[in-house]
Amino acid sequence: MSSKKQSSNNIAQARRIVQQLRIEANIERIKVSKASADLMHYCGEHAKYDPLLMGIPASENPFKDKKPCIIL
Amino acid sequence: MYPSIHPSIHLSTLTSISSSPVIIYVHLAVQQLQTLCFLANFPLAKMAAQEVQPSETIAKLKSESEALKTKLEEERAKLHDVELHQVAEKVDPLGQFVMKTRRTLKGHGNKVLCMDWCKDKRRIVSSSQDGKVIVWDAFTTNKEHAVTMPCTWVMACAYAPSGCAVACGGLDNKCSVYPLSLDKNENLAAKKKSVAMHTNYLSACSFTNSDMQILTSSGDGTCALWDVESGQLLQSFHGHAADVLCLDLAPSETGNTFVSGGCDKKANVWDMRSGQCIQSFETHESDINSVRYYPSGDAFASGSDDATCRLYDLRADREVAIYSKESIIFGASSVDFSLSGRLLFGGYNDYTINVWDVLKGTRVSILFGHENRVSTLRVSPDGTAFCSGSWDHTLRVRE
Repeated sequence: MSSKKQSSNNIAQARRIVQQLRIEANIERIKVSKASADLMHYCGEHAKYDPLLMGIPASENPFKDKKPCIIL
Repeated sequence: MYPSIHPSIHLSTLTSISSSPVIIYVHLAVQQLQTLCFLANFPLAKMAAQEVQPSETIAKLKSESEALKTKLEEERAKLHDVELHQVAEKVDPLGQFVMKTRRTLKGHGNKVLCMDWCKDKRRIVSSSQDGKVIVWDAFTTNKEHAVTMPCTWVMACAYAPSGCAVACGGLDNKCSVYPLSLDKNENLAAKKKSVAMHTNYLSACSFTNSDMQILTSSGDGTCALWDVESGQLLQSFHGHAADVLCLDLAPSETGNTFVSGGCDKKANVWDMRSGQCIQSFETHESDINSVRYYPSGDAFASGSDDATCRLYDLRADREVAIYSKESIIFGASSVDFSLSGRLLFGGYNDYTINVWDVLKGTRVSILFGHENRVSTLRVSPDGTAFCSGSWDHTLRVRE
């Protein structure tokens, strides 16, 4: 009795896997060359706004250690 | 006398794959079945046809799944016309990078396991093995709030988009939300709200676009979406075959997908509304410890115990880059992109942080400083700095 239930569980699981694979096999894909070009384009577009890439001037840098003021 | 038996189309695709006992068995079994079906006029034959052994159906499903997997690989390979680093040869190489530690946050009594930035770009929440969750002001290094969780190994923590609450969880199998009050004397633990309930440890959590919903992943192999106010389960995501270790939400405002990585070496992309797994990637050779979307949302990176980080493009549906070196043999525990997506920061178990050129696939810098493995790493929301947390009990903010 239990072996029948187990086998029907296995069937259900196998069916799920097959259904999942069917969905994955049918999705729309683009060529790697196009995808790479888009990634490169995005990097190029946004590089100038990237502080870690470009560095930021010390005056705008919130983490720069501020020198103590000297009262003359 | 009997009509000739033609193998079904799906069997003919099978025979093109190298033969195996299973396929021959299925071939014979289906032939038998077809013979029986033709004799269906006789009730005896009909009964025999109905009493098909379950093992035969399983074998049929298994062979169909193998055929589909092969088809999937073939479809992906068809579009693999060039490598990302080849296309990126015309991009200017990056210069030398010098990144200094600007702040060291000390105060945790044990290993720092997770951290997150607040949207105000200065506050950080971090959690550690001793059960403490601390909210820091990264500019001044002051501790603004501290909560002691009732469990140890708080592996997940997240800042709410509004900056008014933090979520955390770990070995207690729950995700709890603590509203942050401006009153320093108020006991945060009193206002705690238990939101998520899993049947195993909580490995990661993240608020969605608002304070109202939380996405969690757990050692029980599932991810789940919860309503914070009511604690109700809105959607659950099943598909991983082992512990889910990390997740990341797609950056777009309208996007409704997230990616998760697990101990089954798979990274799955999910539709949040339907609970369906829409894409799956299995090229890593060991547990995936961290996943992070590329800023455009069209790709994501992963860091794994196999000592590599990899970039997967969602529209090409395949891995497009591997970031590895022979000298790197320790696992990557956490990854994050810089604002433009040109740099990938990876925190490793050999105490270092490697900085990779995403397009060219080369390492541009290696950062030292931590005295134990780097467990968590996040770039600040405005991209001006990044923070790493380590088993050496400290967090370092660098830029």
